Amino acid sequence: MSETTAHAQVQTAHAQAHSGQQHPIGLYFFVWGLLFVLSAASYMVDYLGVQSYLRWTLILVFMMLKAGLIVAVFMHMAWERLALVYAILLPPLLVLVFVALMVSEADYTIFTRIAFFGATP
Amino acid sequence: MAQTIETHGGADLRPSGLRGVAADFSSDQRAFKTATWGKAMMWIFLLSDTFVFGCFLIAYMTARMSTPVPWPNPSEVFALHIGGQDVPLILIAIMTFVLISSSGTMAMAVNFGYRRDRRTTAVLMLLTALLGACFVGMQAFEWTKLITEGVRPWENPWGAAQFGSTFFMITGFHGTHVTIGVIFLLIVARKVWRGDFDVERRGFFTSRKGRYEAVEIMGLYWHFVDLVWVFIFAFFYLW
Repeated sequence: MSETTAHAQVQTAHAQAHSGQQHPIGLYFFVWGLLFVLSAASYMVDYLGVQSYLRWTLILVFMMLKAGLIVAVFMHMAWERLALVYAILLPPLLVLVFVALMVSEADYTIFTRIAFFGATP
Repeated sequence: MAQTIETHGGADLRPSGLRGVAADFSSDQRAFKTATWGKAMMWIFLLSDTFVFGCFLIAYMTARMSTPVPWPNPSEVFALHIGGQDVPLILIAIMTFVLISSSGTMAMAVNFGYRRDRRTTAVLMLLTALLGACFVGMQAFEWTKLITEGVRPWENPWGAAQFGSTFFMITGFHGTHVTIGVIFLLIVARKVWRGDFDVERRGFFTSRKGRYEAVEIMGLYWHFVDLVWVFIFAFFYLW
């Protein structure tokens, strides 16, 4: 009886040690600083007037880096079990399928608009 | 050949990696071993919200790709006239920095919450709410500016008519999320200040014992609002 109680206590201690997300505060400041730098960088893309493929690549790279830092560190995803990480982060990838569908649809729409109404609306 | 996998012991005994995923989901117990149901439910809500904003951004992409009329240049549309010259996109840049700062103070609040530092947590949460309110204020200013310049959901002076409808829809929905977040922050900050989570005072609606995890769950929502802004900033304002 006392053995089971002791076992239960050990388990509770384990649970408490792992349920609280306690990380060094310096890490948050570091990520905070990085987010500032990345935001400034993406603003500079517009300010300096970078165009075309370089512009789109830079925007996407800075965006994904910022999103990754926020989710991994600020939202503590880096310290969660893989089951939760996969359950939450994999489904949004399906949005990319939707994007592909709508790119094809939009291409068709602009094609028919130009074909029927001419280059000018 | 059958192997048994520890699924309910101490956290250190659980397998990691893909074996861990399989073990957690097939354990005939709760699947998310280290996340309480409150945290898991917030994550699942945020996942559904991701799809909502995903649909808005896809609708915007479709409208912008399929119109033969030139799209208004956001860099010029959102420029402000400061000191005798137009500074491109400056208000949006300031809004971005304000929201990132609020995310930083929120992360600090969660950290101090788990240290059971009641006052610092509450002050940081109020600071987060203040920055959030600033953001909404600047958004109201931006809306007013655009409306006086003649932007409507059905027309605008610079180009494709869909610009107005997507702009009001996307930023409006995001602004609503920020506003709800500010209210949510004030409610949780009050509970922290009052010491609800130190004495495990029961919630008036749920009757569940108050715990500092509420601050982290609140933080998840707030960081998500910041996360959505990252995507709106990239696709709507910079693209």
